[in-house]
Amino acid sequence: MIPNNFQYHRAASVDDALTLMAKHGMDAKLLAGGHSLLPAMKLRLNQPDVLIDIGHLKELRYIKKEGNELVIGAGATHDDIAHSQMARETFSMLSEAADLIGDVQVRNKGTLGGSLAHADPAADWPAVMIAAHANIEVKGPQGTRTVAADDFFTGFFSTALADNEIITAIRIPEPPKGTNSSYQKFMQPASRFAIVGCAASITMNGRLCSKVSVAFTGLSDAAFRASNIEAALFEKMPTEENITAAVQKAGEGVMAMSDHFASEEYRLHLARVFAKRALMAAAK
Amino acid sequence: MATKIKVKVNGKTYSHEVEPRTLLVQYLRDVLGLTGTHVGCDTSNCGACTILVDGKAVKSCTMLAVQAHGSEVKTIEGMADNGALHPLQEGFREEHGLQCGFCTPGMIMASADLLSRNSNPSEQEIREALEGNFCRCTGYHNIVKSVQHAAKKINQKEKVAS
Ligand SMILES: Cc1cc2nc3c(=O)[nH]c(=O)nc-3n(C[C@H](O)[C@H](O)[C@H](O)COP(=O)(O)OP(=O)(O)OC[C@H]3O[C@@H](n4cnc5c(N)ncnc54)[C@H](O)[C@@H]3O)c2cc1C
Ligand code: FES
Ligand code: FES
Repeated sequence: MIPNNFQYHRAASVDDALTLMAKHGMDAKLLAGGHSLLPAMKLRLNQPDVLIDIGHLKELRYIKKEGNELVIGAGATHDDIAHSQMARETFSMLSEAADLIGDVQVRNKGTLGGSLAHADPAADWPAVMIAAHANIEVKGPQGTRTVAADDFFTGFFSTALADNEIITAIRIPEPPKGTNSSYQKFMQPASRFAIVGCAASITMNGRLCSKVSVAFTGLSDAAFRASNIEAALFEKMPTEENITAAVQKAGEGVMAMSDHFASEEYRLHLARVFAKRALMAAAK
Repeated sequence: MATKIKVKVNGKTYSHEVEPRTLLVQYLRDVLGLTGTHVGCDTSNCGACTILVDGKAVKSCTMLAVQAHGSEVKTIEGMADNGALHPLQEGFREEHGLQCGFCTPGMIMASADLLSRNSNPSEQEIREALEGNFCRCTGYHNIVKSVQHAAKKINQKEKVAS
């Protein structure tokens, strides 16, 4: 399958990409790893007239510490993150999620920025970024702004990103000492996308949870924070009994998706099972 | 509309004008005549089209030729060294790692990525590294043995060399 014809521009820098975006407007799309965009273009689900390639920009591909933040460039590949000791030390759910994306070839090309911008309801990163309280840095003609991951995913394949903006970096605040995290998913056996995925992080103060973070992907039209589960475990001991009770709230008040892979009822069941697994792993 | 690209494939530099929509696998097969790289699914699932781009395994049906501009590509045709089989090729022959052979080039290129990062992978690590490659004939068992054969051979060579 060959996509429709388009013009190709390789951006020399982020600023060059912004200039090209301003010039071509709605006709243009950014190309990063191409592992969501190209399959869609081959199926003619997406037919941009212009592609602006940012896949080679070194300025977007890094993982570093800055003050008390882990900063991941939007162009870091899933594979870069899977192998980053710094990422693992910050939140083990970052490495766990990266390792579970697609397969080696997909991880070698696909980028964190591309995944967040695409906002597939079954993508892994959105849940992890919400659970990590990440801030997403975007650059547009007016300069740079930051959007909390909590506010970034606005619906089915939609985000707070404007058409003329580029995600440049993802900033993850260093979690307090005593924090442990995990990402667990039930995967679609062919693509390995999440049918339901849960990212969980627990900070302990003595024997009690002083901070709990839980987010789901795959369950509804966009990844979201499960504040109800967080509240149910706050200042409680993360025992199996307490966790089991808390995860009963999974998906409460949420319109769960239903498709030929999993019914609404089954997705809600999976949400409880995988939230429990993620929380139990984070509680260790 | 054509875009000029310069790509190094199996050590040789090529310059061509291509339509931007040309897939890298099409470029390799139809323009360069390197038909060892196969197209199985054309939907990024089967791994038959796997090649190395700058040393990393990539599905060439899900990459544009223009994206490879300035890169070094290695295909199955670039694995043998002056007629001497690469240890992976030898491994697949010795351990019956192929039947129809359709998946084999992709299996070998994905395994080459694995061995470049981990010269002594466990069985589990080999199976995980080949998750993106489907084989409809062998049942994977002998493919794992083939990669183990290659790993052993590469490690022996390195020992002799040092
Ligand atoms: C076989 C297969 C299996 C997969 N399995 C999984 C899986 O298990 N879990 C999972 O989460 N994902 C999975 N994916 C998707 C994969 O992770 C993609 O790589 C990712 O979703 C998109 O990243 P990309 O860099 O390839 O983006 P592209 O495809 O290049 O771009 C995607 C979209 O984002 C926009 N974009 C890209 N970069 C930026 C930026 N910096 N700023 C603003 N907009 C940008 C593009 O314009 C485009 O609209 C799979 C993909 C394939 C092909
Ligand atoms: S042909 Fe490329 S993955 Fe199947
Ligand atoms: S040998 Fe036939 S598909 Fe693998």
